[in-house]
Amino acid sequence: MRREIRITGFGGQGIVLAGYVLGKAASVYDHKSATLVQSYGPEARGSACAAQVVVADEPIHYPYVRGQEILVAMSQEGYDSWTEELIDGGVLLYDQDLVDAGTPPAQASFVASVPATRTAEKMGRRMAANIVMLGFLVGCTGLVEVEALREAVRTSVPAGTEDFNLSALEQGLQYAAEAVAAKGGPAKAADI
Amino acid sequence: MSEPRGAVLTGEHFMNGDVAAAEGALAVGCTFFAGYPITPATEVAERMSERMPDVEGIFIQMEDEIASMGAILGASWAGRKSMTSTSGPGFSLMMENLGLGVMTETPCVLVNVQRGGPSTGLPTLVGQQDMMQARWGSHGDYEIIALCPNSPQECFDLTIDAFNLSETYRLPVLVMSDEVVGHMTEKVVIPPEDQIARIERRITDAAPADYLPYQPEENLVPLMVAAGQGYRIHVTGLTHDERGYPEVVAPVQQRMVPRLIEKIRKNAEQIIRYESDGIAEAEVVVVCYGITSRVAQLAVEMARQQGRRVGLLRLIVAWPFPERVIRELATRIKGFVVPEINLGQMVYEVERCAAGRARTIHVPHAGGAVHDPETILARIEEASS
Repeated sequence: MRREIRITGFGGQGIVLAGYVLGKAASVYDHKSATLVQSYGPEARGSACAAQVVVADEPIHYPYVRGQEILVAMSQEGYDSWTEELIDGGVLLYDQDLVDAGTPPAQASFVASVPATRTAEKMGRRMAANIVMLGFLVGCTGLVEVEALREAVRTSVPAGTEDFNLSALEQGLQYAAEAVAAKGGPAKAADI
Repeated sequence: MSEPRGAVLTGEHFMNGDVAAAEGALAVGCTFFAGYPITPATEVAERMSERMPDVEGIFIQMEDEIASMGAILGASWAGRKSMTSTSGPGFSLMMENLGLGVMTETPCVLVNVQRGGPSTGLPTLVGQQDMMQARWGSHGDYEIIALCPNSPQECFDLTIDAFNLSETYRLPVLVMSDEVVGHMTEKVVIPPEDQIARIERRITDAAPADYLPYQPEENLVPLMVAAGQGYRIHVTGLTHDERGYPEVVAPVQQRMVPRLIEKIRKNAEQIIRYESDGIAEAEVVVVCYGITSRVAQLAVEMARQQGRRVGLLRLIVAWPFPERVIRELATRIKGFVVPEINLGQMVYEVERCAAGRARTIHVPHAGGAVHDPETILARIEEASS
């Protein structure tokens, strides 16, 4: 099974780190294969940024998203640029305070939003919005085992911030549990 | 201060190719790095700057790439395993001192994370446009060894191999990575320290009075000493005799320079490495390297689903070029398909070795992205029709 995920936002939001943690959870702690490729502008902060993650049971040759099954949007620009690329049955997840989604794309089978940035701000560090979103992503899709994700967060964030980030992750997982309950089940893998 | 981590970070990591290349160097015993930051190779230098204190090594951010290459040659003569990394314009600046390394037979490693050119070109985007520069970029006649990783794991493994080859044959060895492989993150397994193959420098046991620094052994490679060991050594880029002294005359040139080429050509079969998939039954073979090999693999699988007999030949060592296997394949297949992120480089080597016995179809790309697999597939279809 091959799963393809694009995470979009701006430089500075931790988009690439979110992709890194997801890929690490899959490949190091969940016995799958994973690749992460990233695109970014010359600026370090503020320019459009995207991480492409592929997770598979078998070795991955081609490391790019070919059938965008899951889109995570943490900016309006990311949402506007990539929503149309969703495949039939695809999954769309976004930060509800940063993205005005309008009418959800017809081909999506699962659309859900989370106040990732607001939650992180309430916790005291807006920087953890990416980790909240990661919890939401994995909670909605079951891409990797939650324990593998926790381990990847623990070993990827700066020393001294592990507990804070793990709490942020739990917040995202909690929002996902609510979304999954409201929709009567988790997002299903689309055929890519 | 945190505890030193040691040279070998045994375990499973999720790591990008640039960082993995730095870890490979450290694992094989590199203790000197000099470089100048440049996208997309900066992460190699950045990692080295963090890690060199762990191995009591030296990291120097130099004023430019000319000096960087010079510094690693000097460090090598002081007995260190040394490395630099660069991309695009920096690779061009290193060419003169690369030739000095070849002429003085100095073991060292240069990692080039290729981006799109010419000139400053595409700093953040991929190219495979330095393959011929790797072979011919410095002036004069010489042979070189160049390796092409296609994953972060191979960035680790092949950087180790690059050091071992550089010590075995006494020359600068090139790791020709590319932006996608360098920036892509994947699982990298670093084995226990006792499973890392390390070839150490072969040092003379002759008495100082008897030692000739450029008198080759049977394998055409001379033994070395380090500065400060009590031997008289003279190292020059001028044509030199067995003592290392300048002798700028034709007979010495004839005696010394062909050996620089022969020590690689005569050992080429030991150096050459490629990975093949399905070439025994193939009527079309895709020849590829670096990130393009991973795109080509998808195209090959698509072609096989159409029932085509397609093989894949991935160059792990690009230089010396695997002439024998291409010549042999050319006698029995319809054609070669050569995708690369340039407008024609390694394809000319394939064409030369095919010598008209099989078609050679190039799949060019100007750079900035990888090929669409469908583009490669279309040329496979053309070659097999």
